[in-house]
Amino acid sequence: MTDFPLVAWALDFATVAVGAALVLAAWRLLRGPEATDRVLALDTMYVNVVALVILLGIRYGTDLLFEAALLIALLGFAGTVALSRYLSRGDVIE
Amino acid sequence: MNLHELHWAWQSLIAAMLVVGGAFALVGAVGMLRFPDFYMRLHAPTKATTLGVGGVLLASLAASWAQGGWGLHELLITLFLFVTAPVSANLMAKAALHLRVPSRAPVPDDQPTP
Repeated sequence: MTDFPLVAWALDFATVAVGAALVLAAWRLLRGPEATDRVLALDTMYVNVVALVILLGIRYGTDLLFEAALLIALLGFAGTVALSRYLSRGDVIE
Repeated sequence: MNLHELHWAWQSLIAAMLVVGGAFALVGAVGMLRFPDFYMRLHAPTKATTLGVGGVLLASLAASWAQGGWGLHELLITLFLFVTAPVSANLMAKAALHLRVPSRAPVPDDQPTP
């Protein structure tokens, strides 16, 4: 297990997979026939960005990026709630 | 800190969690791209992608524990994502129902047409 960098290979695979998932979600965001499809694509993209930030945190061995991941998760959820309520009520805050 | 100096069991656990998490995230995005109507597309990211992020966070948690940390940040992010994913999915489904987004599911015989 000393010569074969298992964790580095897995990190590369996960980063490429999450990046590809981001590209596919962006394609759905640009194409999506309904407005709700675009909201769903944005929701998927923020979850994938959280995963990507955590992968960078593992790769560089720093704890600082977790704060960024937590902030992205919080603001992404707030954005999804605001967009969904705008679509269903026509207003974000009544 | 260097992950290659850990015990091989920790390395295998972290690598397995990373591969599973990345694969689930990719499967969720492919499902969102390929399913034919919105209500089917809602299924793939809200479950598979959340599980993929859960796998990546478990890998980070294992890396933190293997190096003698507590991993409180990872636990906090995992808890937050797993609590908010069903809420946002429910809100998006309600918005789609309100906008009358077309569905490909057949209407049952004993139900009035919405």
